[in-house]
Amino acid sequence: MGLLERFRESRFSKMMFKIFGKNHAKIGIYGPPNVGKTTLANRILRDWTGDIMGSVSEVPHETRRAKWKNNIRIDNGGSSLTMDLVDTPGIATKIDFKEFMNMYGMSKDDSRARAKEATEGVIEAIRWLEDIDGVVLVMDATQDPFTQVNVTIIGNLEARNLPILIAANKIDAENASPATLKSAFPQHPVIPISALTGYNTENLYSMMVKEFGKKRHKQRR
Amino acid sequence: MVKKDSGITFNLISHQKLEHFSSSDKLKYILSEVKEGRILVLEHGLTPTEQAQLIEHTMKEINHDTFIGIEIGGYENEKVGFFQRVFGVAKKPRMTVIGPAHLLRMVHKDNDMIETTIIPGKGVN
Repeated sequence: MGLLERFRESRFSKMMFKIFGKNHAKIGIYGPPNVGKTTLANRILRDWTGDIMGSVSEVPHETRRAKWKNNIRIDNGGSSLTMDLVDTPGIATKIDFKEFMNMYGMSKDDSRARAKEATEGVIEAIRWLEDIDGVVLVMDATQDPFTQVNVTIIGNLEARNLPILIAANKIDAENASPATLKSAFPQHPVIPISALTGYNTENLYSMMVKEFGKKRHKQRR
Repeated sequence: MVKKDSGITFNLISHQKLEHFSSSDKLKYILSEVKEGRILVLEHGLTPTEQAQLIEHTMKEINHDTFIGIEIGGYENEKVGFFQRVFGVAKKPRMTVIGPAHLLRMVHKDNDMIETTIIPGKGVN
């Protein structure tokens, strides 16, 4: 065991974290399908580790199993955050295999299989909520933000006093309106970004270090 | 989805009807009604934990030929004041509409209004 690992495991280190807050957190990337969660996860990993998380697609529910990478360190001036990043499947209240056939030209068998896996992915994403320290909630800045999925995720995290950052993604699109998201959820920081182009992600990283490094008392449900 | 001609049923559920149910029984009741093709308007909606559980249960119940999931929309929970928080009063869930996704579509929702569309010709009962 190296010196750094030994320090991390030490009683002194744990005591310091208790006093000053966390510098190692498990962060979930959440949101409805097709808002750019995996694109953002890939952006974060590329910027800080040179790795990627998974494939992206215009067809919803491309990520149907949660994926994670451990020990990603983000630096922000004099402070830093080391996190385990979890890219979760999109949460939805309905999944209709016919949409994959009619809108994306998939075969019936492939559509049914994708829909089945997507239902399992939603369940997995919800279960991960129990095990995370904070969430980057990705919303599509071109869409109506008042979806029940967004409200449900925010409500669950607020009930447990866990930090939420809202990433208003797709800001590069012509009809993006991050102001709508800011007025919809004024109680949480909203950071307009483009995960695709990398626009304003440095601001997101800075907020991640600030918000997810804070000392909080996680409440059990 | 089976097409029926007998119209669409709306049930407006008072908070008294659900307040004696455990969370688990409440979700079972809601899901069984919605699977039967009924649209429910709950006077008091669900807590965030119950909402997440309802989505989870819904995913388990999806049958691609008969039930594709739910549509749900509710107002944000009522805020509670400082002293209520001190005494452990939780945020109160507010009015919520829940229906089968093949029948009910959320058109728009904001802080003051929930606009839905009923997809005609698919009711039951």
